[in-house]
Amino acid sequence: MFDRLKLAFAALAIGASGAAAADLTVAIQLEPPHLDPTSAAAGAIDSVLYSNVFEGLTRFASDGSIVPGLAKSWDISDDGLVYTFHLHDGVKFHDGTTMDAEDVKFSLDRARAEDSTNAQKALFAGIADVEVVDPLTVKVTLSAPNGSLPFNLAWGDAVIVAPESIENIKTNPVGTGAFRFVNWVQGDKIELAKNEDYWGTPARLDHVTFRFISDPTAAFAAVMAEDVDVFAGYPAPENLPQFEADPRFQVIIGNTEGETILAMNNRREPLNDVRVREAIAHAIDRQAIIDGAMFGLGTPIGAHFAPHNPAYVDLTALSAYDPEKSKALLAEAGVENLTLSLKLPPPSYARRGGEIIASQLRAVGIETRIENQEWAQWLENTFKGHDFDLTIVSHTEPMDFGIYANPDYYFGYDNPAYQELIKTLDLTTDPAKRTELMRQAQEIMAKDYVNGFLFELAVATVAKADIRGLWKDAPTQATDLTAVYWDE
Amino acid sequence: MTLPADPRPGLWRQAFRARSLILGALLSLVFLAAALLSFLWTPYDVAALDIAAKLRPPGAAHWLGTDHFGRDVLSMIMVGARTSIAVAVVAVGIGVGLGVPLGLAAAARRGGWLDELIMRANDLVFAFPSLVIAILITAVFGPGAVNAILAIGIFNVPVFARLTRGAALSLWKRDFILAARVAGKGATRISAEHILPNLANLLIVQGTIQFSLGILAEAGLSYVGLGAQPPTPSWGRMLAESQTMISFAPWLALMPGMAIVLTVLGLNLMGDGLRDLLDPRLRRQR
Repeated sequence: MFDRLKLAFAALAIGASGAAAADLTVAIQLEPPHLDPTSAAAGAIDSVLYSNVFEGLTRFASDGSIVPGLAKSWDISDDGLVYTFHLHDGVKFHDGTTMDAEDVKFSLDRARAEDSTNAQKALFAGIADVEVVDPLTVKVTLSAPNGSLPFNLAWGDAVIVAPESIENIKTNPVGTGAFRFVNWVQGDKIELAKNEDYWGTPARLDHVTFRFISDPTAAFAAVMAEDVDVFAGYPAPENLPQFEADPRFQVIIGNTEGETILAMNNRREPLNDVRVREAIAHAIDRQAIIDGAMFGLGTPIGAHFAPHNPAYVDLTALSAYDPEKSKALLAEAGVENLTLSLKLPPPSYARRGGEIIASQLRAVGIETRIENQEWAQWLENTFKGHDFDLTIVSHTEPMDFGIYANPDYYFGYDNPAYQELIKTLDLTTDPAKRTELMRQAQEIMAKDYVNGFLFELAVATVAKADIRGLWKDAPTQATDLTAVYWDE
Repeated sequence: MTLPADPRPGLWRQAFRARSLILGALLSLVFLAAALLSFLWTPYDVAALDIAAKLRPPGAAHWLGTDHFGRDVLSMIMVGARTSIAVAVVAVGIGVGLGVPLGLAAAARRGGWLDELIMRANDLVFAFPSLVIAILITAVFGPGAVNAILAIGIFNVPVFARLTRGAALSLWKRDFILAARVAGKGATRISAEHILPNLANLLIVQGTIQFSLGILAEAGLSYVGLGAQPPTPSWGRMLAESQTMISFAPWLALMPGMAIVLTVLGLNLMGDGLRDLLDPRLRRQR
């Protein structure tokens, strides 16, 4: 009786828009602080909007490769300095205005401007000039050759926005994607609807609702009760075997770009001593952390670099689990009775991993003071305020080893040789040479024991069994629903 | 309380009360003994993780099973008892140490501005739900066992202050106090030498009740992550961590849950029993 009533209500709610099989409720862990991907680092913004609502000139495909987006093709000048992008014809923003070369120029100029609040300004640093050739052609001139420009422009921070709608973008995002933004009930949900005028392959879903559930217990309940159809980035790996055994659900486990590290504050005594950092690295048993905190999900890493990347070098041997060596190094460095603070943000890789690391460090004579922090507190005090000795976090941006060239970054690694190497890499377009430089970069940071390199985070998506078209891996922060459908 | 008519109601009741006192005291003693024993010995080291032995169900090697880090649940409950008891003891101590003198002072100056000041301040503290304020305190000063103790302790102050004042007021009207006053003793001396000893029974009973509430509050605070911080085991955190694993490792929630229930039940039974034993006046009123 009650079910029938619910059905009736559901039918009423859907109204004229059609069958329920074209609706989808997706849960993700974090709610975006606002809806402008071009002015904040918060990954949750891209989790909702990337590819669904906003598109860039290029985009990440589900396997991490770079494919054309709003630009259908591009030419590179012989000297590698000028990229000419050819735009798709007939692309409209959701407010009906046309997307053309002027919008591209506006978006790129805005992102690289002096007063830009873009969280990844480095992506645009090499751009010297953006020129409108005709409404469908844009010429981007670089100050030095940069082979990774198409990659840089695929980021969520580089999506194309319109000057007409930029003012209210934080609450009313207007993009060119296969879904348009409908409604945001703060603290509850964001609703998207199919963009009927989409320039490309239209979405197969009519209506999408994003919900935000960060508590693992609530996440479990929501999936089990079928309140959500998809949980992208399921927070509790211990529950996955149960979902796998349940015919109602499918569990998709994929790679992410999330290098999970035990970050060490390189500015502080005694962590500014490489021997102490090396001692900490040898005290850590990665497999125990992967098994204990992630229930076996994750790949060990020996540097800040994704193992599925062709340029990856396995350097885990440099920091192999060796408590005796660790003790010897501490003795050599003359460090005794060391107590370090360990700040832990909410995800279970950090909270559980932190307890395991604390126990492993205690075994070599290093005590830790664990402090559990909420995200806001962690961002403010630890990440921005640099008030920590140790912390655990997963860096989910793709190819983000450039952060080790920034001495002001929270872990405070300052090595001119590394910074020089990254500069050289930025100017190199030859793929073979780039790979070689990236290998060198990994070796430098691994031999400097900048941080404890733990494991590459895996991502688990739990979905109803008959949903198709979800991304397996997470090459960037995204929940791309443009190809998702119900198989019935 | 209504009991069926009985030719000797008092006797029956007394027997039942005495039984609950014994049961309560036994339960409380078991946990106290476990806590004390944990200083000297636990089956396994609670700080040592053994990931390979994680999530073992209760059995011969681990009587109460192991958790997701392979820690022995029995050992954690023993050390957790220590945390709970320590927090509750100090919290009740704060309540008695501050609340009783305040209550005595208020009774001695009954009707005066000091009485008003103390009692209205008590009302103020009483007006807020204790757990909410405890969360506020730990949120401001940082989570940890010490702040949890303070937060819980503060809420014991008005409980003891009110109890003391109420009982002391009726004592002040008694003839032997009048005699003491005629003998020239001051209010402070009378409070200390005549009032306080007559309140001792009452305070012991209330202390037992507050003790059990303290254990509950500690469990509540550490459940939300504001009590003792890891790696110090605490029952509340064990419960919180077990939540996502209830469906395949129910002992992780069951064991600390039972520990909390049995301790609180034991203390309450003991408190009830003590009250009947020590304070016949209260029993008659019921």
